[in-house]
Amino acid sequence: MVRFRNVGIRYGAGPEILHGLSFRLEAGSFHFLTGPSGAGKTSLLKLMYLAHPPASGHIEIFGRRVAGLSRDELAALRRRIGVIFQDFRLLNHLSALDNVALPLRVAGASRDRISRHVAELLDWVGVSQDVDARPSTLSDGEKQRVAVARAVISRPDLLLADEPTGNVDAVQGLRLMHLFEQLNKIGATVVVATHDEDMIRRFDYPVLRLREGGLAIEPALRKSA
Amino acid sequence: MRVRARSDVPFDQDASGRFLPVIIALMVYVASLALVGAMVLSESISRWSGDLSANITVQIAPVPGDGDDAAVERALEVLRSVEGVARVRVLSVTELRGLLEPWIGSGGHLENLPLPRLIDVTLEPGKRIDLDRLAESLAAAAPEVSLDDHSLWLDSLLRLGRSIRLVAAAVVLFIGAAAVAVVVFTTRAGLAVHRDAIEIMHVIGARDSYVADQFQRHTLMLGLRGGAIGLGLALATLLGLQQLARDVEVPLMGALGLAPATWVVLVVLPLAAGLVATLTARVTVLRTLTRLP
Repeated sequence: MVRFRNVGIRYGAGPEILHGLSFRLEAGSFHFLTGPSGAGKTSLLKLMYLAHPPASGHIEIFGRRVAGLSRDELAALRRRIGVIFQDFRLLNHLSALDNVALPLRVAGASRDRISRHVAELLDWVGVSQDVDARPSTLSDGEKQRVAVARAVISRPDLLLADEPTGNVDAVQGLRLMHLFEQLNKIGATVVVATHDEDMIRRFDYPVLRLREGGLAIEPALRKSA
Repeated sequence: MRVRARSDVPFDQDASGRFLPVIIALMVYVASLALVGAMVLSESISRWSGDLSANITVQIAPVPGDGDDAAVERALEVLRSVEGVARVRVLSVTELRGLLEPWIGSGGHLENLPLPRLIDVTLEPGKRIDLDRLAESLAAAAPEVSLDDHSLWLDSLLRLGRSIRLVAAAVVLFIGAAAVAVVVFTTRAGLAVHRDAIEIMHVIGARDSYVADQFQRHTLMLGLRGGAIGLGLALATLLGLQQLARDVEVPLMGALGLAPATWVVLVVLPLAAGLVATLTARVTVLRTLTRLP
């Protein structure tokens, strides 16, 4: 599903902030990605959702080596990846409904299909009463749910969440995690970036830990029953 | 629950929506006037040159005694024998004096002035005549006869027509280049202003062409709006000029009655402006997006 071989990342002409990253995520797996603030969690996610080119090494996503793919092929790969941003990154001029519909519109889905799927999903994430609201009028929890709906509307094969529980209370955070588990059960590979060790300990999933520019893979912190 | 058909890029939040149509309107206005002006003048020139090339003038220099009449007769004989000559008419002395009056005034001195005799020759439409040979035949018949085919005047007219067309083409070309530069600038500004929205679309898998389509549609609407305003202003100006031309009875402006070709130019120009703006926006977006991974 996702394979990194000796991957490094740098911004501009700066030094490599992550280097020698090698790991493999199997299809249908669930991982936490953690590390101290500034360790490079967001940068690693950017590499995974193809928003930043690696400075070194090779990345394979869905069995395809990313280097050398055409721009349209890269776009097609991105359409199979759902991303939830820490700051939601909703488009403020669009309603909640149109924000959620965006990935389907981008993929060229028919208007009927968009209406049907979006309605279903907004109901599922519990914001069906706010479909016409602009993001600026929604609470952080509601924005989070709209952002989740947008990330999963096209049934992504890979779901990446950057600090998804950072802006919501503990109860909402747990609800969100259970939602990711449901998506994982129906086949999505999930990576949740968080610095919340308590959250990680509550679940039985392996951990990708970033430290000093490198990556270590650890087994689940919670002992399975 | 309804998915709205609106742009994914918040174009209504940036200034290019107000700025671009005004610029395009001014450009279409100036280009319309330049082109229509050139077409009207070209048409008038070709009408004049058509009139002139269908006529030649035979001149008989004044000869003491009755020599003039004999030379005129000999010249008429030669002219009537030439195939392609539709009509010959000898201008009377009164007509000749009438032609000179505006320049040297009327009075007794005109009667004492030796005047050349003129024969106005009308050629059959579409017939070509070997003017050199005709000039030779006329000279052989009477040495005082000369032929004026108006070529000096015609050449100047045609040169003027060509120059006017070139100037108009240059004006339109400059305006087109300026329009392209303005659209490139506003599109780049739009890309910078809407960077967040574009990045989101990029991350969720939008092809570059999807983003370019959004800018293209937006720019097309702005371009057409500006083009329509420019066309409206140009029409108002042309109608005003036409009225002015009627009032002062300038024959040159007769063609401002807007011939079909002029109408085509007027309609095509705003559409062309919209098209140029659209294509420029598309190319600019596609080239700029290649900087994203």
